[in-house]
Amino acid sequence: MTSRGMREIDAPILRLEGVSKTFNGQTGAVEALQPVHLDVRAGEFVCLLGPSGCGKSTLLNLIAGLDGPTTGKVFTNGRPVNGPGPDRALIFQDGALFPWLDVRANVEFGLRQAGLAKAERRRRAQRWIDAVHLTGFERSFVHELSGGMRQRVAIARALAIDPAILLMDEPFGALDAMTRDLMHRELESIWEATHKTVLFVTHNVREAVALGDRVLVFAPRPGRIVAEFRIGLPRPRSLEDHALVDQARQITAVLREVGAGAPVNDWGSQSRQAGLTR
Amino acid sequence: METNLKRAALPARIWPGPAIGRKQWMPWARRIIFFGGLFLGWEMIAQAGIWPAYLFPAPSVVIGTLVNGIGKGLYLTAAWVSLQRIAVGYAISLAIGVALGLLIGRVRALNDTLGWLVLGLQALPSVCWLPLAILWMGLNERAIIFVVVMGALFSITLGVETGVKNTPPQYVKAARVLGARGLALYTGVVLPAALPAILGGLKQGWTFAWRSLMAGELLFFTLSLGNLLQTGRDLNDAAQVMAVMLMIILVGVTIDQAIFAPLERRVRARWGLSG
Repeated sequence: MTSRGMREIDAPILRLEGVSKTFNGQTGAVEALQPVHLDVRAGEFVCLLGPSGCGKSTLLNLIAGLDGPTTGKVFTNGRPVNGPGPDRALIFQDGALFPWLDVRANVEFGLRQAGLAKAERRRRAQRWIDAVHLTGFERSFVHELSGGMRQRVAIARALAIDPAILLMDEPFGALDAMTRDLMHRELESIWEATHKTVLFVTHNVREAVALGDRVLVFAPRPGRIVAEFRIGLPRPRSLEDHALVDQARQITAVLREVGAGAPVNDWGSQSRQAGLTR
Repeated sequence: METNLKRAALPARIWPGPAIGRKQWMPWARRIIFFGGLFLGWEMIAQAGIWPAYLFPAPSVVIGTLVNGIGKGLYLTAAWVSLQRIAVGYAISLAIGVALGLLIGRVRALNDTLGWLVLGLQALPSVCWLPLAILWMGLNERAIIFVVVMGALFSITLGVETGVKNTPPQYVKAARVLGARGLALYTGVVLPAALPAILGGLKQGWTFAWRSLMAGELLFFTLSLGNLLQTGRDLNDAAQVMAVMLMIILVGVTIDQAIFAPLERRVRARWGLSG
């Protein structure tokens, strides 16, 4: 599939050097994110965990290149990021699918921008539509799909441009618990098959522990990283597994300590407060 | 319309039976009774002979005139001339209006300047352009199309502008992440995302264009729907005036129902706006 070339295993695919963001609001400057230093290895699954308004979505936007950092620099494969690029794809909580296009055209959207020929577009799109188990829904429109199916399309659309880094902003936050559970397993198997680097934003502790090789814990006001956990549990992981629950409990305790009173959801809750990250 | 659909859709699974049929037929039954009564009352007043028949003709006479006018092809030829004019005028407004709305909606400096001008001109009934149009171009085809353009242009511009300003930012972000830039971002994402709002502007623009055209055609000597109205007045033939008025309503409603209504329904459904 992707030609990985002779990339050095140890060189980080993503490096953040003192990346911070300050927004100028009506009430003055708001420090959404304090300087962050971070290295992510190729193929790593990193979860950014924290309550709303802790700067984790802001960070994802900065990495995606949708917004520029106030200080610091983002590097992918050693090159500075100056805007969106085909090496990074961002998936939104609501999917942000285009309702005027059918599933196939949505998945082909990025390929069309890249100027690929029609046959090649069709072939690549079909591969990813099949991979997310939406075969037969190519001609369906967004309003005909369930929430879970929409996120599958969003994932297929992002993967179709073959990015090295997949940025996911609470992609399953609006799904019911059962659908979310299913999506976890599918995302994990796609990740294992493609070896993409994933940065996954969530406010759900068990989701973070179930998916991540590493969990970065964020605290709000001002947004900052306060703790880092390496999750060594064998995959595939079960949400009922005792080791996973224990790990989640540890992280929850840290969050309570630093959380400045902000509620952190353990499981199933779907708070969608508008915070600094929006 | 929407509530009717919802009502019909919900009980369909629970009580399959004549109840649904009745609900769907009710509005039509009411309409038939209402318009039947209206025509009956009109007919009775006309037959009572309070006013002379050439000023207040009975509906039966008006409909006879209409059928006769259509049958002889006169009204159809006139409608065809009017429709050609509005097609040209509307197409010009569409092209300019979409470009103008897009620019005003996305460029701040143009919004602060041109946006105000458009808002101001929108307040001016388009017939008011007619004297100027005749001075500039003479009493000809170009003057009338100019008035039609002025009638539709600002509604279309404002519709596109509103739609573009309210484009959900998620769509633009997602498109940028997927590599869309420059013109492709506007034509491929911003415009389609704004389509529901734009359609509102297009529909209003069509209504204004149709009104402007009829006003403009009153002054013309070539065969057209507006001109037929004027001829009816010249001949002291109220039946023809009313028949042509019906014809104008008929054409207007047909275009609205045949083009705009289904387009709007489809777009609203696809964009997930009709619930």
